[in-house]
Amino acid sequence: MQTYDLEANGLRGLNAALQAQSTETNQTSWEVVNPKGSHAIAVGLDAPIEVTVKGSTGYYCAGMNQQAMVRVEGSAGPGVAENMMSGQVIVDGDASQYAGATGHGGLLVIKGNASSRCGISMKGIDIVVHGNIGHMSAFMAQAGNLVVCGDAGDALGDSLYEARLFVRGSVKSLGADCIEKDMRPEHLEILKDLLERAGSDAKPEEFKRYGSARQLYNFDIGNSAAY
Amino acid sequence: MCGIVGLFLKDQSLAPKLGDMLTDMLITMTDRGPDSAGIAIYGTETQGKTKLTVQSPKPDADFAGLAEDLGQRLGASVTQTIIDTHAVLDIPGDQFEAARAALAEIRPSVRLMSRGETLEIYKEVGLPKDVAARFNLSGMSGTHGIGHTRMATESAVTTMGAHPFNTGPDQCLVHNGSLSNHNSLRRKLRREGVTIQTENDTEVGAAYLTWKMMNGATLGEALQSSLDDLDGFFTFVVGTKDGFGVVRDPIACKPAVMAETDQYVAFGSEYRALVNLPGIEEARVWEPEPSTVYFWSHTDSPTTHEKAA
Repeated sequence: MQTYDLEANGLRGLNAALQAQSTETNQTSWEVVNPKGSHAIAVGLDAPIEVTVKGSTGYYCAGMNQQAMVRVEGSAGPGVAENMMSGQVIVDGDASQYAGATGHGGLLVIKGNASSRCGISMKGIDIVVHGNIGHMSAFMAQAGNLVVCGDAGDALGDSLYEARLFVRGSVKSLGADCIEKDMRPEHLEILKDLLERAGSDAKPEEFKRYGSARQLYNFDIGNSAAY
Repeated sequence: MCGIVGLFLKDQSLAPKLGDMLTDMLITMTDRGPDSAGIAIYGTETQGKTKLTVQSPKPDADFAGLAEDLGQRLGASVTQTIIDTHAVLDIPGDQFEAARAALAEIRPSVRLMSRGETLEIYKEVGLPKDVAARFNLSGMSGTHGIGHTRMATESAVTTMGAHPFNTGPDQCLVHNGSLSNHNSLRRKLRREGVTIQTENDTEVGAAYLTWKMMNGATLGEALQSSLDDLDGFFTFVVGTKDGFGVVRDPIACKPAVMAETDQYVAFGSEYRALVNLPGIEEARVWEPEPSTVYFWSHTDSPTTHEKAA
């Protein structure tokens, strides 16, 4: 176990050390102490290492992550796991706005609530939120799965492409072109797997599925008067 | 981008440390707003007196004999305390308008920062740490206070463009964001008789709340109606003599974190600003919801619909 004191040794040293780890590294387990809400902790990692942050983080924690598993033992500021490619990010507390934005792959787990714009423009990432999510979540989401064990705020899935949205609680309102869809056996399988991996005991059958009505994909001549 | 910090004490034994805690929070927010900084502090009250906090670009000349000259014009005793470019004048409680008019004549270059029974506002251009040192903010005590670090977008980097803004007795407001309908609203409010000193968007937001309260709204109601009448982005933190409120616009892209313990309620643009507060590890920490009015006051049963100003 490598321990890094962020307050004493600074952010650049931490990220340089973590980014220098290769797939064959022996230093597979890292602990970051005194994060104190600092920005850009453990970004740009590309090795199968485990990083535990002992406290809350500021903007962009674990951004652009590949392969690594990053755990935040606290809450995360805006843009946690933004543009993640692979690996896993777990937030024990709450996440601020645009968690998992534009993520291409990997799994983001938020044990508390996520704020507005969770999964905005997601492109293949899987996100599981144990609590609630805020407004405009999954806006223009293209691929991947967003699973919400609590409630969703206003305008869920506005201008959605092909991402799948699963919500167990209420949805305050659906965004443009987002509709409720049938839950088919293959969706229950996906959900079961994601809930298990995210450590949630929620039952797949308790969720509803939402997706794109695909009415915004092509120009509709009937709407020409609106332009 | 701007930085906001705020601290409302429930446990008055922390009052002597209010300035110290707020200054630490303020300096942490330097990289959100390095061009100017300001602080509003609610301190001690002298019965029957109003405090005018004034600022001058040439304090040596302007503040010399100011209390005597102003006292002569008002026919009353006035005392003053000079702190760097600012001075706090204690005037009779019912003489604010007369004092404002007299100041404009006897010291035309003096600018009014704030007025109120307990409120004092100190603000200047410069790095937050330098501004804090000039006024010895860390030595100030009080019941609650609000600070701001500014990165200007809507108006010039000047002392008068720095936050907090005071537009009514003991009221102050700081803002992160930008208002887009401030010009039309400023014209309307001026027609209604509200004094607005600058071309800054935030001062219009502050004046809007003052105008609503002048017409009978509670602070909670004024904040609620700001959601309908103000166009743009805003996270506001407001102070009154007795309380402390927060509201965010419906989009809520400007960040906000709050923490509450038995001893205090704290606000920060980022969690970083709160990390050195006592007991923060055990505090309830949350992000205020969009379009939702939060308000705390020192009375026994605070509600958001209380007349607090």
